[in-house]
Amino acid sequence: MGAEFGIGASVKRKEDFRFVTGRGNYLDDINRPGQAYGYFVRSPYAHAKIAGIDAKKASKMPGVVRVLTGADLEADKIGGLICGWNVKSKDGTDTRMPKHPALASDTVRYVGDAIALVVAETYAQARDAAEAVKVKYDVLPAQIDVSKADKKGAAIVHADVRRNMAYDWEIGDKKATDAAFAKAAHVAKLDLVNNRVAPNAMEPRAAIGEYSASDDSFTLYTTSQNPHVARLVLSAFVQIAPEHKLRVVSPDMGGGFGSKIFIYPDETAVIWAAKKVGRPVKWTSDRAEAFQTDCHGRDHVTHVELALDQGGKFLGLRVSTKANMGAYLSTFASCVPSYLYGTLLQGQYTTGAIHCEVKAVFTHTTPVDAVRGAGRPEATYVIERIIDVAARDLKIDPADLRRRNMIQPNAFPYQTQVALQYDSGNYPAALTKALEIADYKGFAQRRDEAKRRGKLRGIGLSSYIEACGIAPSAVVGALGCGVGLYEGATVRMNPTGSAIVYIGSHSHGQGHETTFSQVVHERLGVPFEQIEIVHGDTGKIPFGMGTYGSRSIAVGGVALQNAVDKLIEKGRKIAAHKLEVAESDIQFKDGTYSVVGTDKKTSFAEVTFAAYVPHNYPAGLEPGMEATAFYDPANFTFPAGTHVCEVEVDPDTGGVEVVKWSACDDFGRIINPMIVEGQVHGGIAHGIGQALLEGCVYDKSGQLLTASYMDYAMPRADNFPTIKVDTIQTPCPHNALGVKGCGEAGAIAAPPAVVNAIANALNVKHVEMPATAERVWQALNA
Amino acid sequence: MYEFDYHKAKNVKDAVAIAKKQDEAKYLAGGMSLVPPMKLRLAKPGNLIDLNEVGELAGIKVDGKTVAVGAMTRHESVAESKDVKKAIPALAKLAGGIGDPQVRHRGTIGGSLANSDPAACYPTAVLGLGATIETDQRKIAADDFFTGLFETALKEGELITKVVFPVPDKACYIKFPNPASRFSIVGVFVSKKGNEVRCVVTGAGPCVFRVKGIEDALKKDFSPKAIENYKHPASGLNSDIHGSAEYRAHLITVLAKRAVAGAE
Repeated sequence: MGAEFGIGASVKRKEDFRFVTGRGNYLDDINRPGQAYGYFVRSPYAHAKIAGIDAKKASKMPGVVRVLTGADLEADKIGGLICGWNVKSKDGTDTRMPKHPALASDTVRYVGDAIALVVAETYAQARDAAEAVKVKYDVLPAQIDVSKADKKGAAIVHADVRRNMAYDWEIGDKKATDAAFAKAAHVAKLDLVNNRVAPNAMEPRAAIGEYSASDDSFTLYTTSQNPHVARLVLSAFVQIAPEHKLRVVSPDMGGGFGSKIFIYPDETAVIWAAKKVGRPVKWTSDRAEAFQTDCHGRDHVTHVELALDQGGKFLGLRVSTKANMGAYLSTFASCVPSYLYGTLLQGQYTTGAIHCEVKAVFTHTTPVDAVRGAGRPEATYVIERIIDVAARDLKIDPADLRRRNMIQPNAFPYQTQVALQYDSGNYPAALTKALEIADYKGFAQRRDEAKRRGKLRGIGLSSYIEACGIAPSAVVGALGCGVGLYEGATVRMNPTGSAIVYIGSHSHGQGHETTFSQVVHERLGVPFEQIEIVHGDTGKIPFGMGTYGSRSIAVGGVALQNAVDKLIEKGRKIAAHKLEVAESDIQFKDGTYSVVGTDKKTSFAEVTFAAYVPHNYPAGLEPGMEATAFYDPANFTFPAGTHVCEVEVDPDTGGVEVVKWSACDDFGRIINPMIVEGQVHGGIAHGIGQALLEGCVYDKSGQLLTASYMDYAMPRADNFPTIKVDTIQTPCPHNALGVKGCGEAGAIAAPPAVVNAIANALNVKHVEMPATAERVWQALNA
Repeated sequence: MYEFDYHKAKNVKDAVAIAKKQDEAKYLAGGMSLVPPMKLRLAKPGNLIDLNEVGELAGIKVDGKTVAVGAMTRHESVAESKDVKKAIPALAKLAGGIGDPQVRHRGTIGGSLANSDPAACYPTAVLGLGATIETDQRKIAADDFFTGLFETALKEGELITKVVFPVPDKACYIKFPNPASRFSIVGVFVSKKGNEVRCVVTGAGPCVFRVKGIEDALKKDFSPKAIENYKHPASGLNSDIHGSAEYRAHLITVLAKRAVAGAE
């Protein structure tokens, strides 16, 4: 359709006007009649027995409506929170999923673990009363160090989980890998840590629970990337209400980065409390609460070995990882360091044998779950770091070593050693283009010039792959996932020709309202401004799985496309009737039905009108123009690319400046290049943040030392150079749009590119993330 | 935030009188250090005395020998003052590097000095230029003012009215910022006036301090080379998640050299 608003056009985001003019409708903007406010009493200790809770004084304080505790939850038979993915251990046993009550009643397991919910007339009164709730703690030793969590003598997080081990999982072929290593000419080895990060959505989590006594129904307004999943868990497991009596609404949202996928204690307590007190109850997290209770990400300790032959060919990869789960298993925590990690260790390369084992362990820290990339950044970091170590060992140019081992464009579909089958791609082409953008050949000159200024300049590559649109449902089900990973979309045409799309994907910064409108406009010709995208309300949208894992376009977008196709087919019948020809004589193009070989035609808008005013209408055909499609993909999609980072290090202070960033990504077909570029920029910023600045730090007792922006360093504009990105497009062969997804790519690609560049500048083997000035200075002076 | 009583002071006399009368009283200048801990319920003053409409406390006066900055002068005013830029460019640059634009438009020199944050920038200029802090009661030499972690020579209710900086021959402040807070991990201020040399460090100890070893070396030869072999002892320096004592000790020399090279 029109190039201005169709697929491939950099249409300005239609949602931005309301966001940048302060007219967004975020959760904290919503207030319900009669609303009270909740404030949580949280544990100041990482591990303690609760010897007693005395809320007598607090209950009598001004404005206090009620103080609710874990005992009240138990009395109401409200269930605990769940983990939705059962990852089987090597020995075939299930993931240990210890109880996770929304309010702890006998033991607290991390600083921030919720104990009581104080409901009062105002937020300040709730907070005042929360301070007056007296909790008697018997403080116990806490296990903070993940590397020792499964060792003898470690403090035990859950009495029913031996050695704190949630699972001991493996993937790949151990025997074949051992054999590959036995014949290797060289083995590169590395120990590394993938640092724990906080998600830092700009909008903190929040919830309003509301109960309607008239129809015995609940409405939960909450910051959720997947409202239907929240409804399912809160209904089927937590037993708040049956699904048809619970509506979950997730309005405009200021970012999620994964942290708003999960179903947390907070909104669970709030929706339950609403009925308890007979009034809507609102809770909004403050920033310190967010640092302490939003699920963290990453936190791996890994040993990796890469076996190479004489010619630098990768023979085998061996990976052993300990992954921190925190104190409880969050909603999807178990799949992140297993099926979203081990399965990605093939990278872009033809490595002949791979074996990976992962021990997932509990510690007395905030639960860890998916954060932008979720498992894939960790896998990419392992692969792309060990390749640079091997290149350094063997004195081979890192770009050359990568190229020698890349899967060739004619090798697709490519069956990996770790379960996945790559569908498409052209890794050498992306590498070539990225190196051109980076002027890789001119690096030596730039390094020499920097040296004259007293700076150490380094260059680093990262050739990443990711797996998006996790699917098909049958496969993820076989791997232990408790849900299906399809998406639903409804397109409802209005008689006057405008369209409303109801979709399960949830936009919280991604620009769905624009991208999805382009998809509809492209096919149906409905004017761009006459398309409304509705998401985030289980009372309106078809059952949907939400937004995470860069799945919105790859799964949701395709569901939308399929729904549009259903409308086109229905319209064909109406057009054939109207134009008095057989259906087979009708062709549809650019929003118009026409009779092949004639000038007879009718627009989709006219056909739509006829469907709602069916005076002259095909016999037996239902009126109306509305279609729903559920799309369950045949396979994952596999975006990939190469990023090139250049840094300059101040050798006196160790300070690192990223001075150049060049990238070439393959996201398949692109709907809106501007939005994609923005997503890539954001991802790179996220990845540079992890590599240079970010990191959650606990002291030995389990206090989170980085619980404010005074101590947790976020990247800012002055941390970045101008980012130069380009794309190649190998369309996804198994979905109707040819799309792959782009939201996480930058966060996946960036960390190893940065660390490789620093190691190159310093001529050292490794520097841990975040590569702070002091760490770099120490590496230089080691 | 806990509840507190708010008082708007009309002038210095009025402000001091309110402070005498009220319990747990705190002066509110820019609020950039006081209000955040109040919001976090970590500070609980019973009474706030707002100085923001006390006109006599704000303003900059420069003569040939001194730069006098009123206590309520915002960082941005100092950073942008043509007179300050001409007389003591290092002071204007320091003020222009504090926090972020929002902080610089609210924060004041008096508030910063009274707070004596261990990583604040302004105290280095005050001690590094040998300034005099004037209060409603007396004049305090910079060398006597900073007494410890968030501690100063100010008595209960005593109010800073202005700071008088002698104009040096040359001076410079270099800060190595904490990437999170953008306070100093270490900041170093050096100045030279005749035969007197001062080298002051922030971020590395409980409060700003002078480094005699560097000052002595610079008195003989005010050049980066003169101090390149100076090694500051790590013992007694701050050590936290943002930097070890050893690293901070190392940065003192690195930044002092850069400050000497940049002095103008």
